[in-house]
Amino acid sequence: MDKQKRGVRTAATIAMLIIGAAFITPFLWMISASFKPEIDVFNYPIEWIPKHWNLYGNYREVWFGEHPFGTYYWNTIKVSALTTVVSVLVSSMAAYGFAHVDFKGRNVMFLVVLMTFMVPSYSIIVPQFLLFRWLHLFDSHLGLIVIGSFSALGTFMLRQFFLGIHRDYLEAAKLDGAGHARIFLQITLPLVKPALATYGILRFIWTWNDYANPLIFLRSDRLSTIQLGIQKFASESGVYYSLIMAGTVSAILPLIVIFVIGQKQVIEGIAMGGVKG
Amino acid sequence: MNNTILKTARSKPKPRVRSAARRRETLSGYIFIGPMFLGLLILTIIPTLLTFILSFSDWSFISGVDKLKFTGFKNFSRLFDDDVFLTSLKNNLWLLLVVPIQLIISLVLAVIIDRLVYWKGLFKIIFFMPYISSIVAVSICFQLLFQPSYGPINQFLRSLGVSSPPTWLADIRYALPSVMIIMVWVGIGFCLIVYMAALQSIPKDLYESADIDGAGAWTRFSRITLPLVSPTTFFLLVTGFISSFKAFDIIKVLTEGKPAYSTSVVTYYLYTTAFENLKTGYASSMALILFGFVLLITLFQLYGQKKWVNY
Repeated sequence: MDKQKRGVRTAATIAMLIIGAAFITPFLWMISASFKPEIDVFNYPIEWIPKHWNLYGNYREVWFGEHPFGTYYWNTIKVSALTTVVSVLVSSMAAYGFAHVDFKGRNVMFLVVLMTFMVPSYSIIVPQFLLFRWLHLFDSHLGLIVIGSFSALGTFMLRQFFLGIHRDYLEAAKLDGAGHARIFLQITLPLVKPALATYGILRFIWTWNDYANPLIFLRSDRLSTIQLGIQKFASESGVYYSLIMAGTVSAILPLIVIFVIGQKQVIEGIAMGGVKG
Repeated sequence: MNNTILKTARSKPKPRVRSAARRRETLSGYIFIGPMFLGLLILTIIPTLLTFILSFSDWSFISGVDKLKFTGFKNFSRLFDDDVFLTSLKNNLWLLLVVPIQLIISLVLAVIIDRLVYWKGLFKIIFFMPYISSIVAVSICFQLLFQPSYGPINQFLRSLGVSSPPTWLADIRYALPSVMIIMVWVGIGFCLIVYMAALQSIPKDLYESADIDGAGAWTRFSRITLPLVSPTTFFLLVTGFISSFKAFDIIKVLTEGKPAYSTSVVTYYLYTTAFENLKTGYASSMALILFGFVLLITLFQLYGQKKWVNY
């Protein structure tokens, strides 16, 4: 690379760093506000690095104060993890079935699954709510897990990967007398592991961030997830903006960590199908 | 979503197999897709049918099923006299504007990041952060940033000499644009990632031969990049339109449709009608209209793909 090109690159990188910093200003402000005593939050010019610190006090109040933040957190971890596990399992089974089992009515059933994908979730939220009350799934974590686990999206995404497995592998296994259960578990699943990780991470993030379903399908405070929790917290702690920001930082942080660790999977997953939650 | 999804794996030509084996194959097929299919049947297909049925009824779910009254198309004719519904629908149409703005910004950023900078990975993370963060947290944060009297945005504007800056979310004229700004900000990362994947699949030698022909940066962008990412643009446009019709969280947390319904959207009005005013039938007819709009966009996708996308 010649010198001039390198100069352009450096200049563009610096310019983009400035744009990037401006882009994430809301986050920087949020974090810095969560470190400050209440009285300093709206000081202007903005003190990006707090003059006075109240980090410990704010976060202690959020986590061990009146609001059961720990419970919200635990609920969210539980619901997100179980939804992810069930969803990956059910989706990969269906994906294998549609890709490699040659059964009657397969195309019709696939078309039906495809069509469910076009139904916007808000269009069916009222009957779902009625159904959940009737099935006693309303106001329970089981209900939330069920509603998050069955989406056609995972089936489509994973099916592409199962289709990518060469049929010779499967034929060879069949000749050795392996049934579908064994082929699925021992041959195909290990081969699509990266895709399972991608879908799993995305499903976890979507469930963690889900607001509408807990809002509609939960009632009890002790079952609330973190998204409902921070909203309650924000509306109830009224003017304590530093505490509200400490709450939002607490809600976002685990996802940022997961994203940074699993960024390759997340970005590939998004780029691959352009999937959207 | 690309077309390959519609193609099922071709079934192998088979010699006549014993029907027992055939039956076993069918049975294992049902076992594999069974759980997902059953789940979708109960959670999506049956509720869709119920939405259809309920939308022709006058009913509140707290009074028993025996109180359910079918009223034909009355709900729908009422909807088109309902000012709140019409305002919400109009706001939804305004929100569509978010998508092209997002696409332009993210394509420009994608080209710069893809061709011109060091540390591509870092920039991907930076621009993707709003998308990863929960919309609830983001909305609460923006409530404070947009705070009219001492929020940082207006303090900044005042320091620049703007004597009476807009009151943003509190002002009937600025509330919806403020929501749109946040929506653009949140969605850029997603479009950026998809565009970058598309850019990477453009063969490098196209640009090299354009260089030899002496094409400038603009020519290369408009003659090579733009046409070659057009399938991606089309895809992002359609999915963006669909998801803008589904915007709910941001409205519920940020504005609750206020001030004076200036930020209300169909999903939000549907939610309050169904769960606060407990009008199940009326809410269902709104749900059906929402479904209709999404279906319309999907059909537009299926038919428009061939016309719009130029390879």
